[in-house]
Amino acid sequence: MTEARYHWNRPHLLTLEELSADDIAALLDTARALKEVSTRSIKKVPALRGKVVVNLFFEDSTRTRTSFRLAAQRLSADVVDFAVSTSSVSKGESLADTARNIEAMGVDAMVIRHRSSGTPELLSRLVSCSVINAGDGSHEHPTQGLLDVFTIQESLQKTDRRISDIHCAIVGDIIHSRVARSNLWALTKLGAKVTLVGPSTMCPRSLEKLGVSVSHNLDEVLPHVDVINMLRVQFERLTSAAFPSLREYHHLFGLTEARLACCRPDVLVLHPGPMNRGLEITSAVADGPRAAILRQVTNGLAVRMAVLYLCVGAAATRG
Amino acid sequence: MRPNPPPFKSSQEIRVRSSRIGYTVTTMESRPTLFTNGKLIHPDRSRPREEELLVVDGRIAQCGTGLKGHAPRAKVIDLQGRYLSPGFIDIHVHFREPGQEHKETIATGAAAAAAGGFTTVCCMPNTHPALDDPAQIEFVLNQARRADLCRVLPFGAITKGREGKELAELRLMHEAGTVGFSDDGVGVGSAAVMNKAFQYVKMFDGLISQHCEEPTLSGGPMNAGLTANRLGLTGLPAAAEELMIARDLILNRAIGARYHVQHISTAGAVELVRQARANQQCVTAEVAPHHLLLTEEACAEYDTHTKMNPPLRTQADVDACIAGVVDGTIEVLATDHAPHAREEKEQEFDRAPFGIVGLETAFPLYLEALVRRKHISLPKMVALMTLNPARVIREENVGTLTVGGRADVTVFDPDEEWTIDPARFKSKSRNTPFAGRKVRGRIKMTMLEGRVVYQDGVESQVR
Repeated sequence: MTEARYHWNRPHLLTLEELSADDIAALLDTARALKEVSTRSIKKVPALRGKVVVNLFFEDSTRTRTSFRLAAQRLSADVVDFAVSTSSVSKGESLADTARNIEAMGVDAMVIRHRSSGTPELLSRLVSCSVINAGDGSHEHPTQGLLDVFTIQESLQKTDRRISDIHCAIVGDIIHSRVARSNLWALTKLGAKVTLVGPSTMCPRSLEKLGVSVSHNLDEVLPHVDVINMLRVQFERLTSAAFPSLREYHHLFGLTEARLACCRPDVLVLHPGPMNRGLEITSAVADGPRAAILRQVTNGLAVRMAVLYLCVGAAATRG
Repeated sequence: MRPNPPPFKSSQEIRVRSSRIGYTVTTMESRPTLFTNGKLIHPDRSRPREEELLVVDGRIAQCGTGLKGHAPRAKVIDLQGRYLSPGFIDIHVHFREPGQEHKETIATGAAAAAAGGFTTVCCMPNTHPALDDPAQIEFVLNQARRADLCRVLPFGAITKGREGKELAELRLMHEAGTVGFSDDGVGVGSAAVMNKAFQYVKMFDGLISQHCEEPTLSGGPMNAGLTANRLGLTGLPAAAEELMIARDLILNRAIGARYHVQHISTAGAVELVRQARANQQCVTAEVAPHHLLLTEEACAEYDTHTKMNPPLRTQADVDACIAGVVDGTIEVLATDHAPHAREEKEQEFDRAPFGIVGLETAFPLYLEALVRRKHISLPKMVALMTLNPARVIREENVGTLTVGGRADVTVFDPDEEWTIDPARFKSKSRNTPFAGRKVRGRIKMTMLEGRVVYQDGVESQVR
């Protein structure tokens, strides 16, 4: 990376697929610098004072919405939370009309969560402010991918290893997971080795063409990896059951203490939440010493501050 | 018995009863028309001919040289070296009337057809309500007569309400003027219902035109595969199309009803049709321009103008479709003209409706995909847009320049360059992924039964 010459100039964060390794490194570096703000007694910097950030959440979310809200507030932006159930969307207003109306009130960034893949791209063509993807359908969840990589990087701090030395397993319903895609792009762009693990109905071999390995056998993969990212089984996105029963899924792909015992002693366990305890991950693992699940949440705030700071800044420069 | 059409208001108009389609109408041309200095494309001949064409009373009266003496009073149209072919025929369009007139009406659709060089189009019955009874068929024919810009021949639904459960009144619709039957938009999912449909239409040699998509494998907004996986979209697999074609071919093997595969889009589907034809089975197939020019990669930016059904497939599928056109497996070029309003297409990718408009862009796009890339000759392409579709729907007296046939004529310049600008479409809708594309080949004039219904800069010289 040629730091001296690098300059972030993207007004939107729509996908990690379209970012370069330099872009991702810049986001992570910025997040590292901003993480300290949350440790102060007065948790605020004036970076986005006078800016307006709108949270457009068309799908339920606890941590991502709260995290974006706090991130914007710590940068001193004004934040509006848009709740679909109390909005005109429930009266049948289209996304395009909703977006143009909100933009007409003068906003600097829209943070969008939507059940349809590609909606942030659509929104970015409809409005002229920054658009931040907070998760679109089964496509991407860029800030989750970034915070996962950030958390992995942090765990490497006291070692001499870098992301490019890491082998990460992403386990579960890969096809329906936006977290899987964003992790895949971030990790492979930074040079990490990635193995996708899941039932063949949710993790097809064809994904190998994206530059990763694919396995249907978790037990074979576990001893070789440094990081295990356990995805949530998303019942809301399964049109028909892609596996026969919960106990069969748990039997094949659940992360249990017994399986953890087969892993490297320093293995890092991630989960994007919300967890189906007892299904993809047991409580003993989730609450145990190898899990970094709450650190992920903490880091998510720093990453989202970095995203808002850089994107809104770039949009302002463009005028 | 067919009901009589309503009386016409103008005494200038006469009624011409057709053997199969109820009626069409033409105004009496007070004077014959003579086309001179043109290259005439006869779809059954391999080379264009420098000939004159004389049109009298809406019919082709003569073809040859030195015709001026035969019709001294004729209006002369100097083609200045341009090509003249039979009017194009598109056996797959959606005109949205009744029920969705905000997308297209039969009048605006007919105007778009004329602008695209089409003089006969077949509209699909997936309207609201569906065209599933003879009164609906008569309504469409009446609306077409009022518009009077293009011959619009309806397909009737195979099943009531296009629900795939009970056969619609196929014979009554046939007598009212349908050219065939289709539940287009969906395929008939039940093998038992489809079996009955084949048996029933065989009784009067009716045509089944199937939208081939096995319903239990459908649901996705784009082609299944790595690109869909990358974009986080559900896939619509090639197998869904191929399964229904294979099923229909098996069902129809013993029955032998006329069977037409709509908008073929996969390599496997082309191979199924090729094998069936080799086995002398009664099957024809059509393709749409976008399936010869675009692949699933076009969906990468979630532009809903790349969302159609069947979806854009892979390059291997595109190549197979072109090979199918070259070897005659696919003998009809259609458009699947599917208008949608801007606000309907300006939606989330998985919510937006399927389909794009095609009538006003088909000619240059087919030229690009097939003739410019040297897959087939210009006269062969014209045959696939005239004579062949006329044969599929068994329309006599259209699709050729035969003396005595209807004077449906299209004049075009295959080399004129232009840029596709949806704002200039005659269609009510502008949903096309080809906006801004630089193309070559332009329709200069369209004549329907001796009347000029579209004109772009061809001056008629009255002598």
